[in-house]
Amino acid sequence: MKPFTQVTGVVAPMDRANVDTDMIIPKQFLKSIKRTGFGKNLFDELRYLDVGQPDQDCSGRPLNEDFPLNQARYQGAEILLTRKNFGCGSSREHAPWALDDYGFRCIIAPSFADIFYNNCFKNGLLPLVLSEEIVEQLFQQMYQTEGYQLTVDLQNQQVITPEGQAFDFEIDEFRKHCLLNGLDDIGLTLEQADAIKAYEAKRRETAPWLFDAVKN
Amino acid sequence: MSARTLYDKLWDAHLVQQRDDGSALIYIDRHIVHEVTSPQAFEGLRLAGRKPWRVDSVLATPDHNVPTTVKERASGISGIEDPVSLIQVQTLDDNCDEFGIVEYKINDQRQGIVHVIGPESGACLPGMTIVCGDSHTATNGALGALAHGIGTSEVEHVLATQTLVAKKMKNMLIRVDGELADGVTPKDVVLAIIAKIGTAGGTGYAVEFGGDVFRAMSMEGRMTVCNMAIEAGARAGMVAVDDITIDYVKDRAYAPKGEVWERAVEAWRDLKSDEGAHFDEVVVLNGADIMPQVSWGTSPEMVVGVHDNVPDPAAESDAVKREGMKRALEYMGLNAGQPIADIKLDRVFIGSCTNSRIEDIRAAAEVVKGRQKADSVKQAMVVPGSGLVKAQAEAEGLDKIFVEAGFEWREPGCSMCLAMNADKLGAGEHCASTSNRNFEGRQGYGGRTHLVSPAMAAAAGVAGHFVDVREFVRT
Ligand code: SF4
Repeated sequence: MKPFTQVTGVVAPMDRANVDTDMIIPKQFLKSIKRTGFGKNLFDELRYLDVGQPDQDCSGRPLNEDFPLNQARYQGAEILLTRKNFGCGSSREHAPWALDDYGFRCIIAPSFADIFYNNCFKNGLLPLVLSEEIVEQLFQQMYQTEGYQLTVDLQNQQVITPEGQAFDFEIDEFRKHCLLNGLDDIGLTLEQADAIKAYEAKRRETAPWLFDAVKN
Repeated sequence: MSARTLYDKLWDAHLVQQRDDGSALIYIDRHIVHEVTSPQAFEGLRLAGRKPWRVDSVLATPDHNVPTTVKERASGISGIEDPVSLIQVQTLDDNCDEFGIVEYKINDQRQGIVHVIGPESGACLPGMTIVCGDSHTATNGALGALAHGIGTSEVEHVLATQTLVAKKMKNMLIRVDGELADGVTPKDVVLAIIAKIGTAGGTGYAVEFGGDVFRAMSMEGRMTVCNMAIEAGARAGMVAVDDITIDYVKDRAYAPKGEVWERAVEAWRDLKSDEGAHFDEVVVLNGADIMPQVSWGTSPEMVVGVHDNVPDPAAESDAVKREGMKRALEYMGLNAGQPIADIKLDRVFIGSCTNSRIEDIRAAAEVVKGRQKADSVKQAMVVPGSGLVKAQAEAEGLDKIFVEAGFEWREPGCSMCLAMNADKLGAGEHCASTSNRNFEGRQGYGGRTHLVSPAMAAAAGVAGHFVDVREFVRT
């Protein structure tokens, strides 16, 4: 996993609440057995005027010019600014994969759906919570300023505006540590193999039925 | 020990390691796998040269992509017409064969929707931690288990380590007191709950459903309710164990037997919140107030009673919400103030992990019996949740009732719940659906989903528009 330390990048809007995972990446693209290549279908139904198909070349598809990601001023955006409850709906990790593959590194919202929030960290993507008031302020500033950029400093847990105004954000220590160092969760957990085995041994005695094999 | 909630007990029993920063390693007893969210996890294992930690704790089945017509199913995997779906189902078979995982393959009679086959087979039991790469895993919480959906990286993590890195959630109790009116179903209860607390109301919480209404509810009904916990934002929903739970589990294929069964039952009796246990949030509804529900918008919180009208965004004071309502009305092609009963249906879908178990099929059949699908309804399909549900329904003659009424009787799978196979809505079509999500495009590009109970969907299929099933069956 690639580490996340500090990102300064263009901010793009997704100005609605309850953006669901079907909206982030529609189901027809879930048929892929790969982890990559979802970026061109991020927000597919909003971004294009036709219906997207898996494995399709998207370069000739008709674009919805009203959709921010299709507008010149938001090209190359690395930070997505959005409203409450972003990522609600399914557990599909294709949602963070699509955001990541498109080039986003950080999503700022007043709140996130739990599973989506979790999935982001597994992919080096930072879901960042700021209050509704601050998010509103950032929306205003972004709309007023073409090429509006923010700096996200994970080490110091701050979002910094071009004027130098800094907003603190919260994040779990463990998640921060993994993100800063690009650590693979599985490797870390396997370092605790003895603890897992000890748990199993004890549990097998008190609740043996939990260890019955699934058989054909 | 101080009084604990059901969730506290399940958490404590599975705690392998607590870390200083609040995160923890919890042990996973059961892992259910399907074709859509697993290929990248198996690939990850292969790349890292890892093996599943406890391969016999895993059960797999394809469900999202499998076709549901008899014709396409007849020749097994090779009959799948969509080449991309075929690769995904084939990949699951290959991975399960390679790693030695038990899989109910496409034409195994035990195949079905992941959340249906878990409890049905007894692979999912009370007191377990259960995960699956699918957000509706909470369905299993009906057994008095801690069950929730995970992402693909976590699927890989659980395969490799039998644990999950997690943080303890807060406790919420949703109590529904009293009794339900006749004809009001578990689906109506959960839709009413979501309408009340909103799609983010349960975010960060493990929800326990308690109160008289749940105590009286069947296991399958409890599964319908827990299934939609995620639609209220909660990763896990659960119901305490009682005799109804234990009767349900008894004699299932993987349920413990003999002396071990007795021991298990004794342990399960404690799977309930202690008197005086602390909940961070308590929500109370009165069962008698709940009417048959119909969703009008593009979020599962956009729900009203069947006798109500489509709400007016102008009356909403919250600006973000108001915009959301306006957009939903536009997408759904509805007008503020329009009676719900005026909404005409193009299609009807009875199925999905929310409502495809035998009681759901029976409830729909009872409404349809001796009646005919409205001519204006292009298609009404009934998709059982598993091969075993299908066989049971056929043994009861329910399939014939549907077919005689002009409804289609299909092979088991997710089908039009998310339209990954050929079963989908056309743009602009209205569908009475027993599934769980009415997001834009969920059941097909431009499709308009109305979430309802099986009986309400069946009645709408016969009438051609929404009706109160209770008045309908009397006529
Ligand atoms: S029936 Fe629908 S919600 Fe349930 S697992 Fe299948 S696709 Fe997901």
